[in-house]
Amino acid sequence: MGPGDLENLATLVRSGDPRSLARALSLVENGATGSAELLHHLYDAARAWKTVGITGPPGAGKSTLADRLIAFWRSNGRRVGVLAVDPSSPFSGGAILGDRLRMQSHACDPGVFIRSMGSRGHVGGLSAATSAASDILGAAGYDPVLIETVGVGQGEVEVAGLADITILVLVPGLGDDVQVMKAGIMEIGDLIVLNKADRPGIDQLEAAVKANLELSPSSSPRAAVVRCSAETGEGLDLLFSTLEGLITGSGPDPAARRERVREDILRVAESVGIRLAARLLERGGGIDPAVDRVLNGETSPWMIGRDLERLASKAVE
Amino acid sequence: MEPRKIRILIAKPGLDGHDRGAKYIARALRDAGMEVIYTGIRQTPEAIASAAVQEDVDFVGLSLLSGAHNHLFPEVARLLAAQKASDIILFGGGVIPEEDIPGLKAAGFRAIFTPGTPAAEVIEFVIGEFAASDRSGSR
Repeated sequence: MGPGDLENLATLVRSGDPRSLARALSLVENGATGSAELLHHLYDAARAWKTVGITGPPGAGKSTLADRLIAFWRSNGRRVGVLAVDPSSPFSGGAILGDRLRMQSHACDPGVFIRSMGSRGHVGGLSAATSAASDILGAAGYDPVLIETVGVGQGEVEVAGLADITILVLVPGLGDDVQVMKAGIMEIGDLIVLNKADRPGIDQLEAAVKANLELSPSSSPRAAVVRCSAETGEGLDLLFSTLEGLITGSGPDPAARRERVREDILRVAESVGIRLAARLLERGGGIDPAVDRVLNGETSPWMIGRDLERLASKAVE
Repeated sequence: MEPRKIRILIAKPGLDGHDRGAKYIARALRDAGMEVIYTGIRQTPEAIASAAVQEDVDFVGLSLLSGAHNHLFPEVARLLAAQKASDIILFGGGVIPEEDIPGLKAAGFRAIFTPGTPAAEVIEFVIGEFAASDRSGSR
């Protein structure tokens, strides 16, 4: 694609053309030539739209809750964009992207755009392109943009850096109160949803979550805790009103905006670093000869890293 | 550079709830390194076409065991064409009588796989068609 085509594509994305939007997302997801220019055309540092992250362990009901949130926002006339990330196989690179299954009732609604993404080797609960993809959906007029992570364990907290509001979905039966005290995902929810509230163990879970929050330093904002059953609908009204309050409260904050742009720059710089390192490695003969040299005992990955860094430093100086 | 990932939508239009075949193929395609969007049973042709466009898939695979394929399969092809998405490659599978296959092919289905087809045959079809399409190049 030439520069004119990319500008054209950006215009079509802004106009809301679904096919163009879908293609723009693919381009960026594949890191195709021109994706940086396209994102440049669509970038908006002001970001008037909101992003809502939804995370939690596998099977906690994230997609079902996402389906309910979409319906709620649609009833308020909002256009909703969804990015649903599922894990890619570390062996084949393939993936079953099945979150959409629970949201298919919105497939024919032109006010809803759902895109499934494989994590493609990225750790942290998202894919490398999720942040850029959310910018594209925002530029296309979707507000909010809902980002569903892969089913997470304990440490995948990346979504909190991307989303204005992060919803952590927990369910009874996954462990005792020490699990709740652990660092990581238990710290990132602005809203903690205790789902499957009709299941045994919900009282213990709520007690453990609340006790843990009470131990948080008083300087940090306290997460809201809501019980519900996304399946039956019980408790959802309170969840919706709590979430709306949080979204409104997260309004334009110059410090937060600065922080977001800072993160965007660092994220892009990091991907540049990875690509440059790959090129330097390639120039030194490629990965396979390097593996041979390590296996022969000539060097180690650390020395190869040091050499790459020296090469890069020379180029900088 | 790594080759571009092939994206496939596997969907079941119509009213039958027998999804073993669809899941078997979805899983096999996953193991062949493809991204498979699985939308489950009882999908309308409209929902399938709309999902295919939003997901920017290279292929749509439909599975049907109820006998309504002569109506539902061409309907998906028609809706994709209406959304200027006829470059998406269509294939189908399920309990489909031999005599219905030419009609479905005329409606735009590149292949119809009947019960007992080994998964390897479907994978080979996908890889071959993808390599021959314009989709493998630019994006």
